[in-house]
Amino acid sequence: MAVDPRLAITAEPRVQRFGLTERRLHTVHATSFAVLLVTGFVLYVPFMAQIVSDRPLIKTVHLVTAALWLTALALVVVLGDRAALRATRREIERLDCDDLLFLRRRSARAGRFNGGQKAHAIIEAGLAILLTISGALLWLSERNTGFRLPGTIALHDAATLLLAALVVGHIWQATTHTGSLEGIRRGTVRASYAKARHAKWHAAPAPAGPTAPAGDRPGAARIVLAALVAAAGLVAAVLLVADVTG
Amino acid sequence: MTPPDPPTPSAPPPSDDASPIGRRAFLGFVGLGLSSLAWGGAAMDLFAQSSRLVPESLRSALPFGKGWRIYAVNPPHPTFDPATWRLRIEGLVERPQTLTYAQLRALPRSRQTSDFVCVTGWSVDDVGWQGVRFDDLLAAAKPLPAARALRFVSAEDPYEDSLTLAQAREPDAMLAYTMDGSPLERKHGAPARLVMPQMYGYKGVKWVSKIVVTDRVEDGYWQQRGYDRDAWIGGSNGR
Repeated sequence: MAVDPRLAITAEPRVQRFGLTERRLHTVHATSFAVLLVTGFVLYVPFMAQIVSDRPLIKTVHLVTAALWLTALALVVVLGDRAALRATRREIERLDCDDLLFLRRRSARAGRFNGGQKAHAIIEAGLAILLTISGALLWLSERNTGFRLPGTIALHDAATLLLAALVVGHIWQATTHTGSLEGIRRGTVRASYAKARHAKWHAAPAPAGPTAPAGDRPGAARIVLAALVAAAGLVAAVLLVADVTG
Repeated sequence: MTPPDPPTPSAPPPSDDASPIGRRAFLGFVGLGLSSLAWGGAAMDLFAQSSRLVPESLRSALPFGKGWRIYAVNPPHPTFDPATWRLRIEGLVERPQTLTYAQLRALPRSRQTSDFVCVTGWSVDDVGWQGVRFDDLLAAAKPLPAARALRFVSAEDPYEDSLTLAQAREPDAMLAYTMDGSPLERKHGAPARLVMPQMYGYKGVKWVSKIVVTDRVEDGYWQQRGYDRDAWIGGSNGR
C-alpha cells in the first residue's frame, strides 16, 4: 500500500473530524450550490445575462441541478450513516455557553464545531429550505399566475444574496485557516489543529465524534429505496428539461 | 484578555445538556422566511423607494428587487448596426415599407412613462419610453381594409407576437427606441422593441425587425407554449 507523502512528512497523529456520510453530504451541497449560484446570478443580473445570453440553457441547468441536489440529499440519507447524521444534527442545534461566547467574539473553547460554524450551518439549512420552496413557487407561477405570492421573488432574491455571502465567507474561512481544509478532504485533521481550534472536542472526542461502524453496508431494502429515489429524481430532471425547453 | 471561567476541567461534554437553541433559531428563521411570502413584496417596494437615494451605478451593482431581468430565447442577442439595420412593414398594406434607423427616428415621436410587468412576477416601475405610435408608423404603408392585426417578428428567431389593431392603437402602445432617455440597449432589444404596458412583458417583442399586417391574430412564441394571447396584466394567465 502506497504511503501518502504528506503523511510521511507530517508524521503527526490525526483525529477523525468528519465521517464519510458527512463528507458526502458536503460534496452534494458544495457542487449543487456552486452550480445553482452561478446559473442563478446569470438568470438574475442583466450584465451577466448579456454575456451568457443562452437563458433557456442556463435556466434548464438551474432547475435540473435543483432537482438532482434534492435527489442526492435523499440518497445520502437513505444510503448513509443516519445515526451519525442525527448525532451531527443534535451537535449543531445545541449551542452551549462557549458557543454563545464565541458568537460574541470572546475567547471560548470549541467543540467539534465552534459557535460560528453551528450558526452558519443552521442558517444555511434554513436557506436551503426557503430557496427550495420559493424556487418551486417561482417555477409554478411562471405557468399560472394563480401560484404567485407577493413575496416569492423577494424571498428567493434575498435568500440567494445571503447564501452567496455565507458561501464566500465559508470558503474564505476554510482556505485561510491552515489545516481546516484537510478535514473535509480527508476526513481527518492534525491533532495539533484539533487542540488549538477545537479544544473541548480534542479533550473528549468520543461523544461528539462521528460514529462509523465498520462494515455497515446498506441492506436490500435501502438499496431498492435508493433506486426508487434516484429514478424519481431522474424522471423529475427529464420532465424539467422538457418543460423549460418545450 | 480575561478568559472566561472554564467549567471544571472534568465536566462532561456539554453538547447533550445544552438546550437546543439552534433548533429554535432554525425554526424561527424558516418561519420568518416563509412569512415573507406575504410581506416580501411590500418590503421590496420600500427598499426600491429608499434605494432611489443611492446613485444608479451603485444600485445596479447590488441588484435586489425591482430591477430588470433579461429574458431571451435564442442566443446570442441580435446585434444592431445603424448602417445596415432595416425595419420592414409588409402584409396587408398598399405600400410595403423598408425603414432605416434614421427614418424610424424621424417619424412623429411619442413619450410615456409606465410600469413594466413580467408574467413571472417581477416588475420595474416608471420606465420612460420614447418611440413611434402605430398609426404614425403605419401611415405611409396604408393598411388595407381587411387588416385586423399586427405580427411583430424579432431578429431573435423564432420569437414573435401579435396585437390586434385595436390593441396596437391603445394610447400607450408603441414601437420604442429609447428607454429612460438613452437609446435602447442591446439586452433590451436594440434598436426597437414593442412596448404594450397594459400587457405582460412577453408581448413586448424585442429586436423587432419586421411588422406584418394580417387579417387575424396568430399565436406567438409564448402562446405556442401555453400563455394567453391577450396578456392583460391581472386579467390573464390563470388570473
